[in-house]
Amino acid sequence: MIDQVPLSHVLSVSSLMFFIGAYGFLTRKNLVTMLIGVELMLNAVNINFVAFDRYLYPSGINGHFFALFIIAIAAAEAAVAIAIFINLYRNIRSIDVEEVDKMKY
Amino acid sequence: MTWSELLLMRHEWALIGLALVLIMLEIGISDEQKNRIHVVACLLMAAITLFGFWPAESGKIFGGMYITDPLRVLMKNILNAGVLIIFLQSSVWLGKAGMKNRMTEFYLLLVSSLIGVNYLISAGHFLMFYIGLELLTIPIAALAAYEQYQSKSAEAGIKLILSSAFSSAILLFGLSMLYGAIGNLYFTDFSLTDSLLTILGFIFFFSGLAFKISIVPFHLWTADVYEGSPTNVTSYLSVISKGSAVFVLVILLFTLFRTIQPVWQAVLYATAILTMTIGNLFAIRQQNLKRFLAFSSIAQAGFILLGVIHGGSLGMASVVYFVLVYVFSNLAAFGVVQAVEQATGKLNIDDYNGFYNTNPRLSLTMMLALFSLAGIPPLAGFFGKFFLFTAVAESGFYTLLLIAVLNTVIALYYYLLVVKAMFINKSELPVPVIASDGAMRISLLLAVTGILVLGFYSPVFDYINELCKTF
Repeated sequence: MIDQVPLSHVLSVSSLMFFIGAYGFLTRKNLVTMLIGVELMLNAVNINFVAFDRYLYPSGINGHFFALFIIAIAAAEAAVAIAIFINLYRNIRSIDVEEVDKMKY
Repeated sequence: MTWSELLLMRHEWALIGLALVLIMLEIGISDEQKNRIHVVACLLMAAITLFGFWPAESGKIFGGMYITDPLRVLMKNILNAGVLIIFLQSSVWLGKAGMKNRMTEFYLLLVSSLIGVNYLISAGHFLMFYIGLELLTIPIAALAAYEQYQSKSAEAGIKLILSSAFSSAILLFGLSMLYGAIGNLYFTDFSLTDSLLTILGFIFFFSGLAFKISIVPFHLWTADVYEGSPTNVTSYLSVISKGSAVFVLVILLFTLFRTIQPVWQAVLYATAILTMTIGNLFAIRQQNLKRFLAFSSIAQAGFILLGVIHGGSLGMASVVYFVLVYVFSNLAAFGVVQAVEQATGKLNIDDYNGFYNTNPRLSLTMMLALFSLAGIPPLAGFFGKFFLFTAVAESGFYTLLLIAVLNTVIALYYYLLVVKAMFINKSELPVPVIASDGAMRISLLLAVTGILVLGFYSPVFDYINELCKTF
């Protein structure tokens, strides 16, 4: 069934997701939403890896493993990031990125 | 797996052992005796650094996922020595009230980040590479936010974790394209062809790695994170984190991406010019010494790219040698900044007016460090830059060489501004006499010895050059 969907369609979806994530990261004001943008980018990468594995190299599972590890490490990253957000919230009572401007050029 | 194969990974085993010892100590020790953790951590780190110089063998384990050879071991040793100096410099700061009961966290996070560095350098598969890179970055983000009651510190942590997450997403996107083009992630049979997909993948991959080295279009996080983090973490970021990323960039470009050399030479050519010039020009107008050193380290990264662009064994040797020198020079400078900051809380260049009259030894150390960073002849920094320039000249990029030499002059100007403040400017209220503790003295002594010895003792470069020829 999946074979009726060509690889290029899957890759279009993942590229679109990647750049939507990047756009979200660069334009959002809330730190948690920025983190969600990064997660979207990482998930686009996961789709890429799994799709390449399934369509081009069905004998290997390198890409599947890589996707699993990306998911695990992204969770670790999010945990540390949110811990730092909480710390910032305790200091300045806000997680708006516009308030995080003590240091500038 | 046999015993001798396990021993190939001895750097990592030793560091994992150190991390376990620290956890056990944290459980077993009372709050009054916390100072002992500092002593134990420094002594064990010194032992590990010395133990690392044990003659190394080449080999691969875990089916080629982990590669080691004498050059990689040398890279690890350089970075281990840097971490030892940072450990020694952190005693006063960690001994303060409110910090003392969290002392172990600092060492534990720094050691786990160093384990990441070691795995990153020894990676033989992109999975190991990615895990090493993240293990290097995530603990450092937690450390940047270490001073929990200062919003500046939290701000630095946020800027570091978000920009590093963003950059690793970009890196992985490029990596997924490379995977699509090749279908393999082992370094051993990773043969790229010159197709559009690989070039696009490489550009994404390089951008992700450029964030870590703070090469210019991707340098915007550097100054803010360096300023807001505690000074020891800043020195770790500017020396160990950047040094390891440079090492892994060199290894990857010279082995895996060898087939698309014209592409990465063009990329490096543009970024090297931008990085040197913008780093230098922004460094001139900085007043805060940590920001100043941040921009100076961006400019130094630009100089490092000059060696990478060469693409041969001389280029590689000059990069490794330059990073070795950079570790000692930068850590000497950061050591003095740390000593002054802990004693008085002052960080601006103006505060250093009349510094020589009150603290002659500290100001001499600072002068040697800055002269080495600027590249004044008898010191090691001169030879570092000299070999980099030789490499560029050999590869025939004379315009690039000219721009680099001009940049050296600009760099000399702003380094001399600090020296002038210390030695010539008068001040009503100079920094009082600072009595630094034993550990700080040892660390500065080590760093200054490194700056002087590496400049006068030529076999070091010959040794690195030999290793790079056989790499």
